[in-house]
Amino acid sequence: MQTVKIVVTGPFSSGKTEFIQSISEIDVVSTERKISLESEKIKNATTVAMDFGRITIDKELVLYMFGTPGQRRFDFMWEILSEGMLGFIVMVDSARPETFREARYILETFRAYAPTPYVVTANKQDLDDAWDLEDMRFALRLDPKIKLLPCVAHDKNSVKKILLELLYTILAEMEAK
Amino acid sequence: MALKGNLRDFTITQLLNLVNLACKTGTLVVEGPADVAKITFREGKLIYAQLDHLDNSLAGILRRSKKISSRQYSILSERAANMNDKELGILLINAGYLSQFDIIESLQQYFVGIVRQLFTWVEGVFHFEVNSLQPFDKIPVRMDLENLIIEGSRQLREWEQLQQEIPSLDMSLKFSDRPGINIRNVNLSVEEWRVVYYVNPKNTMRQIAKATKLNDLEIRRIVYSLLQAGLVEVIRPREQTVTTQPRAFPKTNKPEQKSLINRIIDRIRAI
Repeated sequence: MQTVKIVVTGPFSSGKTEFIQSISEIDVVSTERKISLESEKIKNATTVAMDFGRITIDKELVLYMFGTPGQRRFDFMWEILSEGMLGFIVMVDSARPETFREARYILETFRAYAPTPYVVTANKQDLDDAWDLEDMRFALRLDPKIKLLPCVAHDKNSVKKILLELLYTILAEMEAK
Repeated sequence: MALKGNLRDFTITQLLNLVNLACKTGTLVVEGPADVAKITFREGKLIYAQLDHLDNSLAGILRRSKKISSRQYSILSERAANMNDKELGILLINAGYLSQFDIIESLQQYFVGIVRQLFTWVEGVFHFEVNSLQPFDKIPVRMDLENLIIEGSRQLREWEQLQQEIPSLDMSLKFSDRPGINIRNVNLSVEEWRVVYYVNPKNTMRQIAKATKLNDLEIRRIVYSLLQAGLVEVIRPREQTVTTQPRAFPKTNKPEQKSLINRIIDRIRAI
């Protein structure tokens, strides 16, 4: 059995766990804990080690999806999770511009870990106060060549599109070499 | 317990705060990558500072603060070579060249300048020599540390933000692919031009910093301003070999790689 891995990363509360839950064929193996810091209590629980989802491709191939913890104090997990990844997805909460700087930091950190293809997703695009993609691209200082994709993490079709775009990017980079 | 350690764990601002709160007397010796600084305190007040690579003589300090000209400096260096700073200071005051205020002001500016420079050091080790004071022939001043600590705290915040923006100096820079921008028409400082000169996907930021003799904070500050201006982009170094662990992904066989990705694409489309 061959296995490949995609990593879903991004700042705290950007929707990584929900993203994996939407598409995984197994219940996501989650390591969520109750939030202890008052300043981070915009949700009840957060991932502290990783989320783990799976899609069986065929009899010989399995795709694993790993979600990283969003809080900086668990960042020792990032490098471990990034080992051997096929590509990665950076999730950004479109309605929380105060997390864009953190998203940028995470993106740069993962790029430094491995030269693998990646896409950036603007999650929570269904919210009224979500930023426009072009504004987000500017704020995140993304190169025009980097895909910045709209996303609603609880919508399976939206998640499928993101995964496919990442795979197309991987394919394109493979062909370009 | 000896007060010694690494600047990565304990910043200059924290050290000044400690000296200030504990009203310490002694000399803080900081050994950075390129220089050694000695900062002396008496009962928590800054009284003296020196950088080993600089001319720390009174004549040198007065020339730097433009209280005397280069010619006057040369004459003093020649004729007053055997005088120590205290003697030279008294001579200049008695001869009416300078006032006591001029001398004290120059010394204060110089010492504060050294502490400010220390704020940019992020690498290095330090130790505190209790009760060790400035050399006897040097003129001490007496300055509160509060303003310097506040200034240092601001700089620390800047450092943290720059680290977030540019987490690794092992990445390279390349000029942005933005037609229409001619870098010759952009007003850059001398330091920025020096960095720009080395912008090349083959050079990491760490290498550029070394070549331009900039420390971690200074190179980050300049790169950040170039990034903000949209002149450069951060990229992976061209010749760097990355040690990824492929595990199951076939790295060498291209058709096999493509087939694998296409199988995943087909499966996800079908979900």
